[in-house]
Formats: sequence, structure tokens, C-alpha cells
Amino acid sequence: MSHAFRLFWTGWMFNVKNLTTSGFFVLNVTISPIFYATIAHYMFEGGGRPGSLLYASLGAGMMGIWSSVLFGSGGLIQWQRWQGTLEYVIGVPPRLILVVLPMTVATASIGLYSIASTLLWGRIIFGLPLDFVHPAWFLVALVASIVSLGLLGLVLSSTFVLLRNANSLSNLLEYPVWLVTGLLISLSLLPGWTHPISWVLAPTWGIRGIRAAALGGDPVTPIAICLALGVLYGVIGHFTLGYFEVRARKSATLALR
Amino acid sequence: MTSLRLFFVGGLTSYRALFYWLSPTIYIPSLLVAPIFQILLFAYIGRSAGLQSDLFYVTGNAIQYAAIPCLFAMSQLVSGERYQNTLSAILVSPAKRLPLFVGRALPVMGNAAFVSAFSFAAGCLILGVSLPSGSIPGLAVVILVAAFSCTGLGLINAAISLRVRENAVLSNVIFGFLLIFTGANVPIPELPGWMQDISHVIPLTHAIQAARELAAGASFASVTDLLGTELAIGITYLAVGLVLLRFFEWQGRKHATLEQL
Repeated sequence: MSHAFRLFWTGWMFNVKNLTTSGFFVLNVTISPIFYATIAHYMFEGGGRPGSLLYASLGAGMMGIWSSVLFGSGGLIQWQRWQGTLEYVIGVPPRLILVVLPMTVATASIGLYSIASTLLWGRIIFGLPLDFVHPAWFLVALVASIVSLGLLGLVLSSTFVLLRNANSLSNLLEYPVWLVTGLLISLSLLPGWTHPISWVLAPTWGIRGIRAAALGGDPVTPIAICLALGVLYGVIGHFTLGYFEVRARKSATLALR
Repeated sequence: MTSLRLFFVGGLTSYRALFYWLSPTIYIPSLLVAPIFQILLFAYIGRSAGLQSDLFYVTGNAIQYAAIPCLFAMSQLVSGERYQNTLSAILVSPAKRLPLFVGRALPVMGNAAFVSAFSFAAGCLILGVSLPSGSIPGLAVVILVAAFSCTGLGLINAAISLRVRENAVLSNVIFGFLLIFTGANVPIPELPGWMQDISHVIPLTHAIQAARELAAGASFASVTDLLGTELAIGITYLAVGLVLLRFFEWQGRKHATLEQL
């Protein structure tokens, strides 16, 4: 157990540092959410809903976390393949899931830059007061969201790799998930058939927990559902990753692009 | 005659060579489906905020999305050549730079207009927005002018790509900047004064305004001023782009950094 934890910690730290050195990754996750937070702020203010800046900033920050997971985890195995490190990732003695999980959680953790940038932007430019109703629960909700999205990243990493053009799938899924998980809108505005999709996506519950902790409300239930979904993603990811490994070994296509 | 051949044949050939990877499995999700979801996202935020009608967001985002092909494809004209180690061969050739680069911009412009028109039509159909049938030819002209002026900005982006290596980040930043400043989602009078000043001198703002007026039933003659301004902005950006290309090419030669990755 302690070995697995040490492996997770080391892998997570290494990958967070590694991703932080990527100008492309860091600039995209810090700057893009600021644009969306700014637009949402002006839209809500123009529509007579002032005081929505914290709501918009948190939503835009979560958009950044999703983008980070989508592009970082979705392309993770392909990226290891391009770097020539996939054979080592699979060939080392620990189980594959223990090596890949820290990487996907790291891509979600990098999304914290998004939350930090949108909150700082709101504070510096618009004078947003950062008075959270339940500051401790806010941290818990953030950690729960990061872990759940990291586990969702595990599913993405092991399924996207089966497709030839994983990047275009990432492009395809960015906006729909922002929309359907209610990061900047109320889910009640969306058609009823989209609600079940929202319920099985961790960002829906993550942002609810974060907002309840920051703006007031019950953060416990959404956090619990977010974590439960994370466990479910972990189980699915275990099987999909195993399927990918067996398939790649059998067909000897591990290093093939 | 050589310049004309360079403009048309060279432009098309280089586009096919640099975008050989742009298969339907990449093109459809990235350039046809993504803009529809951008429109939906902002239309729903607009409904939530109670700010404007769906037509406002369909028009604004469909035209603003022309920026994706314009910015990314134009920067690819430089970074793609660099990646394939053919940039120096292009730049040592005696070919005139105007037909060389503007010819390469022509297919980009056509693609941007198509993406914009497609997302406009799809957005209207999905959100149940109806347009006056007489406005459609005018809107087609507006989309072409918008694609042209944004290609001017794309040429500047391409020139900067001779110097800046993280051109995908740069393109994303310019795209986000346009999303705010062109009034695609926030009515320009709602923006602070300094942002309004910037709005008036960047591509797409006037085209979006013209498209909104046409969609509201205005005659084509009443938006020609806006279109003229958009066209003038496009020409200015194109000219600045060509000057910057020359400048950064000279800088790259001087410091031997043209092909540095």
C-alpha cells in the first residue's frame, strides 16, 4: 500500500512539474479560462445579473480543468508513444494503472492554475471579494474534483488511444461538456434529455460542490457524488487500460504511431 | 504571369501540401461541429443572463469562428514549412512575397468562409432562428468580407510565427481576444470605453454588426459602410502582415533563427 502511495506521489509530482514546464499547456490553461470568465461576467452584468462574477470565475476555472484533462489525459498514451517512453511505462514492474493514474491526476491538477487565474483575474481587475462561505469545504470540493476528473482522465487516456485522431475528439468534446455540465449556465435551461448525461459527468458535481462551498449551500452531497463517480471511473479505467495493454502487446503495436 | 501562377497554383499546392493531414475525421469535429457547440454554449449563457436573443449569438459566433481556420491555418503556413524543413527553401527563392503569401491565404479564406456559413446555417436550424430570405445573399457577402479581413490578421499571426515558436498558444490567445472584443457575445456598448476603442480597429467587429443588421431585416445598402470599414481593416492588416513577414524574415536571416524549433 505504502509502495503504491509512494509511486503515486512521485509520479504525480514528476508529471505536475513536467506539465508546468510546457508553455503551451500552462498558457492555455491559465489564459483561455480568463477570456470565458470575462465574457460571462459582462454577459451576466449586461443582462441585469450583477454579482455573478464569482459564479462565472469558478465555472470558467472548472472549464480550464476539463480542458486540461481532455487534452492532457486524452492524448497521454499517444504522447508517451511520441516521446518513446511508452515501452518503459508498460514494461516497469508496477501495474500499468499505478503508473498512468498519477499522470492523469496531474493533468487535472494543472487545471488548478485555471481556477487560480480566474479568481486572481476577478480579484485584480474587477475587485472580486474572495469571501467563501465554507473555505474548508471549498478546498475539499477542489480536491474531490481534481481526483474525480483525474480518474475520468484514466478512462479518456485508455479509450482515446484506440482512435486514430484522438486530438480531434478532444476538440469535439470540449464545448459540449462545458455546456452540458452547467459550468456557466443553470442545467434547468437545457433540454431534459441532456440531464442524464450531466449526472454521469464529474464536472457537474464538482462545480456544484465548489459553488456551494464558495457561495453557500450544501457542498457535502455534490462532493460525495463527485467522489463516487471517481470510483466508478477508476473501475472503468482499470478495465479499459487493461484492454489497451493486452491488445497492444498481442498485436505488437505498442510503439507504432 | 509568373506571379499569377504563383498566386493561384502555388497557393493551392502549398495548401494541399501543408494540410495533407486535414482528413474528414479531423475536419468535421474541429471545424464543423465545434463551432455549433460554441454557438450553443453562448446562446445558453445568453438565455441564462437574459441579455440578447439567440440570433445575436448565432450571428456573432458563426462569424467569429472564421478566426479558427484563419489564425491556425495561416500560422501553419510558416510553422508547417519549418517543421518539414522547407521554410528556408521558400524564403531563399526569388519569388515575389506578395503572390507567394497572399496566394497561400486564398484557400484559407475560402475555408474560413465555408466554416462560418456552415455554422451560421446549423446554428439557425438547431436554435430555430429564422432569417429574412432576402438577407441571405447579403450575409454571404458579409461572411466573405469577414473571412478576408480575418485572413489579414492571420497573416500577421503567420509573420509573428517566424519569431514566436509557441504559435498555437498565440493563435488561441488571439481567438479568445476576438471572442471578447469583436462583440460576438457581449454587445459593444456593454464593454468599457477602452475595449470599445479596440473593438473598432480589429477584424470581424464591423462584419458581425453588419450581419446582425441584415439578419434583423436591414437592406444591403444600409450596411455597405460597415462592410467598407471591415474591408479597409482587412487590407490594412494584410499590408501590415506582409511588412512584418519581410521584417521577421530579415531578422531570421540575420540571426540564423529561421528554422530554429
